Amino acid sequence: MNSTTALVEERNPTDWHSNAMQTRIRKRYAAERRFKALGLGAIILSAGFLAFLLIVMVGNGLRGFTQTELPVEIDFPAMTGGASASQFEGANGEANLRTLGVRDIVNTSVEIQYGDEGSALFSGGGWQAVSAAILSDPDIVETKTTFYLPAESEIDVAYKGDGSALAEAKVTELSDQLSTGFNWNFLSNSDATDPMQVGIWGALKGSLITMFITLLIAFPIGVLSALYLEEYAPKNRFTDLIEVSINNLAAVPSIIFGLLGLAVFLNLFGLPRSAALVGGLTLALMTMPVIVISGRNAVKAVPPSIREAALGIGASQMQVVFHHVLPLALPGILTGTIIGMARALGETAPLLMIGMRAFIATPPGGIVEPATVLPVQIFLWSDEVNRGFVEKTSAAIIVLLLFLLTMNALAIYLRNRFETRW
Amino acid sequence: MTGSILFLLIIVLGGMAWFFGRVKANRFLTDSKKRGEVHSLPNYHGWYVALWAIGPALLFLLVWNITSPALITDAALASPAAEQLPQDAFARGSILAEARSIASGQQVKAFNPLSQSMVEPYKTAISYYQTLGAIAALLLVFAGGAYSWLRLKPELRARTKIERITMMTLLLASLIATITTVGIFASLIFESARFFSMVSPIDFLFGTEWNPKAVAGPRGETGFGAIPLFWGTVFIGAIIAMIVAIPLGLMSAIYLTQYAPPKFRAWMKPILEVLAGVPTVVYGYFAALTVAPALRDFAVSIGISGASSESALAAGVVMGIMIIPFVSSMADDSIAAVPSAMRDGSLAMGATNSETIKKVLIPAALPGVVGGVLLAVSRAIGETMIVVMAAGLAANMTANPFSSVTTVTTQIVQLLTGDQEFDSPKTLAAFALGLVLFIVTLLLNLIALRVVKKYREAYE
Repeated sequence: MNSTTALVEERNPTDWHSNAMQTRIRKRYAAERRFKALGLGAIILSAGFLAFLLIVMVGNGLRGFTQTELPVEIDFPAMTGGASASQFEGANGEANLRTLGVRDIVNTSVEIQYGDEGSALFSGGGWQAVSAAILSDPDIVETKTTFYLPAESEIDVAYKGDGSALAEAKVTELSDQLSTGFNWNFLSNSDATDPMQVGIWGALKGSLITMFITLLIAFPIGVLSALYLEEYAPKNRFTDLIEVSINNLAAVPSIIFGLLGLAVFLNLFGLPRSAALVGGLTLALMTMPVIVISGRNAVKAVPPSIREAALGIGASQMQVVFHHVLPLALPGILTGTIIGMARALGETAPLLMIGMRAFIATPPGGIVEPATVLPVQIFLWSDEVNRGFVEKTSAAIIVLLLFLLTMNALAIYLRNRFETRW
Repeated sequence: MTGSILFLLIIVLGGMAWFFGRVKANRFLTDSKKRGEVHSLPNYHGWYVALWAIGPALLFLLVWNITSPALITDAALASPAAEQLPQDAFARGSILAEARSIASGQQVKAFNPLSQSMVEPYKTAISYYQTLGAIAALLLVFAGGAYSWLRLKPELRARTKIERITMMTLLLASLIATITTVGIFASLIFESARFFSMVSPIDFLFGTEWNPKAVAGPRGETGFGAIPLFWGTVFIGAIIAMIVAIPLGLMSAIYLTQYAPPKFRAWMKPILEVLAGVPTVVYGYFAALTVAPALRDFAVSIGISGASSESALAAGVVMGIMIIPFVSSMADDSIAAVPSAMRDGSLAMGATNSETIKKVLIPAALPGVVGGVLLAVSRAIGETMIVVMAAGLAANMTANPFSSVTTVTTQIVQLLTGDQEFDSPKTLAAFALGLVLFIVTLLLNLIALRVVKKYREAYE
């Protein structure tokens, strides 16, 4: 009896009620669930990495936008021997201020208040804030005024909760006087050796100038080549060569473009090192293929009926392309351009090759002046030993990411707003 | 700055030329007798005049900017101050260069008193030739504009001419990419050839000691054996990074295309794309600041010797994270390209989703996935900032992921930053490494594209 049921079960593998079948199905469904969970895990892990990276950067970086301050009371009438406010107004104000010697006044006031070692508690460039304050409001030189000046970097780091034992001791000693203020210097200064005085404005301006040059060169060339390749190019070997080189350029490692810039723009053409012009040219060569490829896709997406209609009412080939195809393809081209520019904005390696890694303490004034850019500035700060630079590096990263995020959001907006599905 | 003012002036004059050309052409249209003969719209006549006005002048300025420095130097040398200059060509050249940069305002003070004496002659020569060039350019603008304006006739085929010029511009623009490729190849080959005239290619490609020195050691060893760099590059970019990126990228793509509800997919896809848009310097900083110390502590705690704070693992893992979206989107594309009949057939036979994916979709999409992985490898080995910041400089040949290795790109950056002399093999070695990198990535790309293309054809 038993043996016959076993036989039937063996012969009838699709009997859904048999135990063996049920086990098999359970096994298969478990495998299915495992596989699905694995996929979900992979994607959550990937997103988790992104979240972790952002949390680390924001956690470190937000502190970079604040600074630890100590109050200093400056008795201007006593210090300056009765300088009047009118001296510092108008055109001669700055010259008179220089003869006044604000730096010494600040140092003396600090020593009066915090003892002979007091200067060591403060960041070296704090007197500049006092100068600026006098220039904007000269009346204060006739009064006793209290300034909140940035503390020394070690103390700053310790007050934010991450410092050495020595600095921690000083912080507890000064704890009732220390306060936190917004670090305006960080937005308006350039590179410096003291982390309390560094700012990103110089690098940001360098980035903007470089991006402008990149856009000026890469956009027209990219759009024109895309139009040529899609609309006019005859099918021959020569066109194939152009296509192969564009696809190839899009995949060349960025550092190779740096080598090209070094060999051609600097050594062959003799353009100045570290200049935004050379950086822009190098990045333009790198960005152009991206614009060409996205431009070709946008041009390809314009339906032939539009071309035929324009040709049918007597437009020339050129008029069809420039009056009809190009305007319709423009949103797509712009989306690709912004994405290419965002990539160029984050690029570091090729710019290191052409010397944009110098220490540059003033914002660039033109396209041939030595400049640095945000990503390179981040790289330079990340190499600094001083602990005060850690939060500055992360803060600069936040600024860079904000720019990139805005650009990408703009690209997505453009795509959704203007892209027509034919 | 006078150069840019001149440029602007020429552009403005070009705009005026366009306007006058258009006005004249408009008159053809109002003139009823000639109306039937007019070939082109007034706009094209305007462009015709404007191009005649601007084109020759800008061309002249280009040539002038290339030739005038030589003329300026000649003029400065003819001045009486030049008689005190040394006869030695090298010393002479450096003095002249210094004087020129002071005269043009790039430098403030001279180190050599002789160059200070040459500044004045230079200044006069520069201003003389600048004025001369500006006058000639402006004359060309007027001559070109007047000539073409006088030639405007109703039957002038202005549109055809403009279109021919536009066509030439389009062709020239698309040639830039080819020129760039040729430029990359030529500059790499040229500098590498100089390097290989000093160091034998065999030593370079198969040597195992990387310790670049400016001068060869006593037994002729130069320390340019690049094998440790190649190993480091492969170890980080093709092994560690891929171990992270392939499973995560592939599984993400599978989940997103096969399982995820549309809303989840609509959110997760852009998030993955953000991962691809983060600049590499940020990943590098993340690797150096957070991942590397954590991995070192972990290695020390489980008792691995030789753990360093700059480890291959840290660089490789972070690089893998960077590559995930790349692998995922390539896998996504190739899975989507598998005909749905194959998938439906499998499901209809009673296979579960995962069985269909594992036994039908993946095997069918495999060539596309492999192509995508090859592209990802090519991108990983060309990646620079992560390895510069996290992988270190020690040229070790080790399979211990916790120790420090160095890569081709790290060494290129290392060799080319700081003081450079362009003739030393140390600097030129960077170009030889660049050439190897370029060729390898090119080959990987070509193979990958061929694989992907073949596979697409198979399903079309």
